[in-house]
Amino acid sequence: MTLTPILAQTDALEAALAPTVAGRSLWQDAWRRLRANRAAVASLIILCVIAFASFIGPYLLPWTYDQIDWDHIEALPPDFALGHYLGTDSLGRDLLARTLYGGRVSLSVGILATFVALAIGVSVGAIAGFIGGKTDQLLMRFVDLLYAVPLTFFVIILMVVFGRNFVLIFLAIGAVEWLTMARIVRGQTLTLRRKEFIEAARASGGSTTAIILRHILPNVLGVVIVYVTLTIPQVILLESFLSFLGLGVQDPRTSWGMLINDGAAELEINPRTLIVPAIFMTATLFCFNFLGDGLRDALDPKDR
Amino acid sequence: MWSYFIRRIVIGIPTLWAIITVCFFLMRLTPGGPFDSEAPVPPEILTNLRASYHLDDPLWQQYFSYLGNLLHGDFGPSFKYRDFTVTELIAQGFPVSLQNGAAALVLAVVIGVFLGIVAALAQNTRRDYAVSAIAMTGIVIPNFIMGHLLILIFGLWLKDSIFQLPAGGWEDGAFANRILPVVCLALPYVAYIARIARGSMIEALHANYIRTARAKGLPFRTVVLRHALTSAMMPVVTFLGPATAFILTGSMVVETIFQIPGIGRYFVQGALNRDYTLVMGVTILSAALVIFMNIVVDMIYSVLDPHVRYDEAAS
Repeated sequence: MTLTPILAQTDALEAALAPTVAGRSLWQDAWRRLRANRAAVASLIILCVIAFASFIGPYLLPWTYDQIDWDHIEALPPDFALGHYLGTDSLGRDLLARTLYGGRVSLSVGILATFVALAIGVSVGAIAGFIGGKTDQLLMRFVDLLYAVPLTFFVIILMVVFGRNFVLIFLAIGAVEWLTMARIVRGQTLTLRRKEFIEAARASGGSTTAIILRHILPNVLGVVIVYVTLTIPQVILLESFLSFLGLGVQDPRTSWGMLINDGAAELEINPRTLIVPAIFMTATLFCFNFLGDGLRDALDPKDR
Repeated sequence: MWSYFIRRIVIGIPTLWAIITVCFFLMRLTPGGPFDSEAPVPPEILTNLRASYHLDDPLWQQYFSYLGNLLHGDFGPSFKYRDFTVTELIAQGFPVSLQNGAAALVLAVVIGVFLGIVAALAQNTRRDYAVSAIAMTGIVIPNFIMGHLLILIFGLWLKDSIFQLPAGGWEDGAFANRILPVVCLALPYVAYIARIARGSMIEALHANYIRTARAKGLPFRTVVLRHALTSAMMPVVTFLGPATAFILTGSMVVETIFQIPGIGRYFVQGALNRDYTLVMGVTILSAALVIFMNIVVDMIYSVLDPHVRYDEAAS
């Protein structure tokens, strides 16, 4: 009986001394802090629901996004008997199905483009920060140079030149969104480079690539995750902006931006077609922003 | 300090040249041209058209003559607006966009900084959260939704009331026609600036020199407005450089929605019509403007903050 607390104590002591546990506790701490943030948790749940609905939902609905209800080629108000839970657009296509499908496109573009930006930005930032010297100078001058360019214009020119194509949309957006990521990662890497554990890794014969992959990247992960959650909404906005200009995905495929643009055209007669996708999109953007703020507080507590 | 800025300007020129070059070759490599239309033009006329726009010359020759003309401020003829040169179109559209953009920026700075101060002075109270909520809304709702909402409210619902505002058009810059576009353009920046100003103001209010100023017995107002605000303004000023670029992008949306004849709308129409010269002209102008604004912002920065010295080798 009396032994148990002592045993528990030694267990705790061992746990505290074991390096693996000390490394993990940062994430556990962060997770606990995040869970305490009600806005962030609510955002996470709503995002999961929207994502789930967008990717699974269309298979569960009676109508598909491009199917025209030939008996009702008009903007129909919500009608449960016909299976149009949020009504139809002016061509008789189910609004809920289209909104969910649009969500799938918008979210995919947002996530894929962010990963393109992530891959470029983290590589450039880590390499520039870790190798330093001429490489750093060269890469960062290049980033500075691109910063001075109104890149949205370039995305538009690319869309005009190469046509409207789903793959190109996220590649082009990703290719312009990596700059800030590169700067942030470089800054973090610069401070990490001087740390003892990097010196130890180098002394034990680790190659540059190995050190970057094994020691630098895991340590910049926190900042990167925060920035990813803040980049995804920006990409969704940029995509919807392209759609607004008529340069997004092609009809009958759709995205939130396109739906909003279509809805805006019939604003006076039929505001529902604007409001439904607008609510979905703004909710998503809100949630990503709240989640990003929450993650920043959780992962980088020294600021607060 | 001056040598730094001269260097910045000198670096700006090759940047601009790179942009021009990339743009030029991208646009020329495009499949499909400005003369593709629903009703095909007879081949003889097409040949004449291509000849008159020098589209049959070797690419490098077109490139150098374009660069040469650019030095004289000549952006070439517009492919779509046949009677106009791009320079003329820009001369028409640019002042309109510039006025709207400047008005929006001033509005955004005034309101944004005010909201930021209000929130910072009442940190973690209901007032602070209200400002944060407004800021988040402004950032999250894209301006093409906001524009349509404003039209819906002020153009349709409030029609026949004293708050009625024109839903679009320009009318040679009548005041009433400017209100909605400028507000729509300014809202996101109000939000960003309020956020930035709140953060930097909170930081400034915790600084030691503020405590000193208070301890000297200076009135609270003076301390906030003169001492804290000066240093709290710096992140706001830094934001103004990129903000110019955003305003340019924003003007594409706002000018399209409200049908304002500015360069943003010209750019959008040029892009959709494959009007190469117009698109390039607007892009080059915007790039030059953004580069210039970034330099100006750095200058203001060095005036505001005596710590910033550009003499040392810029890292």
